[in-house]
Amino acid sequence: MTTAHEPTIPPPRRLRPWNAVERRLARVGITGRMLVLIAPVLWLLVFFLVPLAVVFGISLATKQFGRPPYSALLSTEEGTVQLTLHLSNYIRLFTDNLYVAAYLSSIRIAAIATVITLLIGYPMAYAIARAPDRWRNILLMLVVLPFFTSFLLRVYALTGFMRGNGVINQFLGLFGIEPLVMMQTDFAVYVGIVYTYLPFMILPLYTTLVKLDTALFEASADLGARPARTFLSVTLPLSMPGIVAGSMLVFIPAIGEFVIPSLLGGPGTLMIGRVLWDEFFTNTNWPRAAAVAMAMLVVVVVPIMLLQRAQSAVVEK
Amino acid sequence: MRRGWFLPIAASLGFAFLYAPIVSLVIFSFNESKLVTVWSGFSTKWYGELFSDPQLLGAAWLSLQIAAISASIALVLGTLAAVALVRFRRFKGRTLFSGMVSAPLVMPDVITGLALLLLFVAMESTLGWPQGRGMLTIVIAHATFCTAYVCVVVQSRLSDFDRSLEEAAMDLGASPLRTFFDITLPIIAPALVSGWLLGFTLSLDDLVIASFVSGPGSSTLPMVIFSKVKLGVSPDVNALATIIIAIVALGVLAATILQLRARPKRARG
Repeated sequence: MTTAHEPTIPPPRRLRPWNAVERRLARVGITGRMLVLIAPVLWLLVFFLVPLAVVFGISLATKQFGRPPYSALLSTEEGTVQLTLHLSNYIRLFTDNLYVAAYLSSIRIAAIATVITLLIGYPMAYAIARAPDRWRNILLMLVVLPFFTSFLLRVYALTGFMRGNGVINQFLGLFGIEPLVMMQTDFAVYVGIVYTYLPFMILPLYTTLVKLDTALFEASADLGARPARTFLSVTLPLSMPGIVAGSMLVFIPAIGEFVIPSLLGGPGTLMIGRVLWDEFFTNTNWPRAAAVAMAMLVVVVVPIMLLQRAQSAVVEK
Repeated sequence: MRRGWFLPIAASLGFAFLYAPIVSLVIFSFNESKLVTVWSGFSTKWYGELFSDPQLLGAAWLSLQIAAISASIALVLGTLAAVALVRFRRFKGRTLFSGMVSAPLVMPDVITGLALLLLFVAMESTLGWPQGRGMLTIVIAHATFCTAYVCVVVQSRLSDFDRSLEEAAMDLGASPLRTFFDITLPIIAPALVSGWLLGFTLSLDDLVIASFVSGPGSSTLPMVIFSKVKLGVSPDVNALATIIIAIVALGVLAATILQLRARPKRARG
């Protein structure tokens, strides 16, 4: 690319070392592009793509005692290579009620929590987008700050809040209200997801809302629309990319959530991330855990595609 | 107009929801009683206990090292990936590449953790590397997902700066490499700093992936905290949380002030 037309005026002396390095590399057929791409491409292939292939491979093995605790897919016996694939893990996923119930309940919990997060996050994002300039950065910082503090510690903070003798119940006690049972219920899991993922909802919503032209609202009001009407037919449709991006940013990780159901949920709170964890750590059934992971990937693939589309729309506008 | 009072109230309630649990956690870290929720007097004894717990201190040191190393690896890889995605409009496998870069952002932790562990086990039995699991495998895992975050941050900075500066340098005879180090790098430096810090905090915070890929004797801070919390209330965790929150709050505050200070200067120049 650059070697094709050399500058007619020789470059100043101090530029020479870099140019010389590049010319020498170009001579052996290495271009700048290759140098930029090679490290991230290799790293992501080896540590992101290949691992997913390995998970798929091991999901077709069976549990075995020994190290590693799964059967080999390929075996050589008297000069012939044998490929043994077990479908038993996948068959179990569909026939054992535990897995089906866990998938459905994960999707349900993630979906409900996402809707609640949207209902709380939208007005907050809107308020920040419409706030005076000097307030906006401070409010945004207040949204981002909890995101930087430890996720685990924020979930822990909630346990102190919702415990039987926790802050909320002590507060209710002042009014003579009986303590509520909040911990180890699905309710606590909803609160946990909404609480920890709220910033992920607010940021993309804010990004779309802040770019909306205020002239549109004025035009709508001039034409006689009430604020509610303006919101429903102007603001809401225009902020759709932000709504989709924010919702997917909450929904996708919430499906596979492990920390929240195990610290806040009860024994009856079925979530697939927890099932995978138990399958791996408690039952040491690695192939079964791999099959659970593959099925989870299938569940999140469509939301991930939705997210990518919405995100490019959020950035472009 | 109805919006007049609805938005401020909704926003204040939202912020109260975000901050109330954190505030109560900080307050109760100074509580004398072992019962985390019953106030019995001011005390800093849990902070003292924290600094005399060798297991916790060891885990904290390990976590800080892992976070620094993996954020640095991610900084290099993520910046290169961002340069490729913003500057090279077309190349073979671009879609696959951009997918691989951004997928770790939303991939559920349990899948990432399991996948990397199975990879490490398979590699060990076929290639003999990495031997066992510990700090090295956690660093690799964290660097991988932090790369995605660094890339997003650097990408947005790269795509909204004036390219004519780079073109001018090239016209004056600077090679692409030299242009990158002399022109591009100083301009995107703030994004590099925030990308590194983001990677550092995310690595420091990760429980799930580290639990999968760590080995015996290499428990990170979140793993120790999680096992403590699972066993029940422990006021020293409150104290630890308060320290971490204070450090993070100061860091974010400093970054925001720096940004606000830098703005008028940029407008003038």
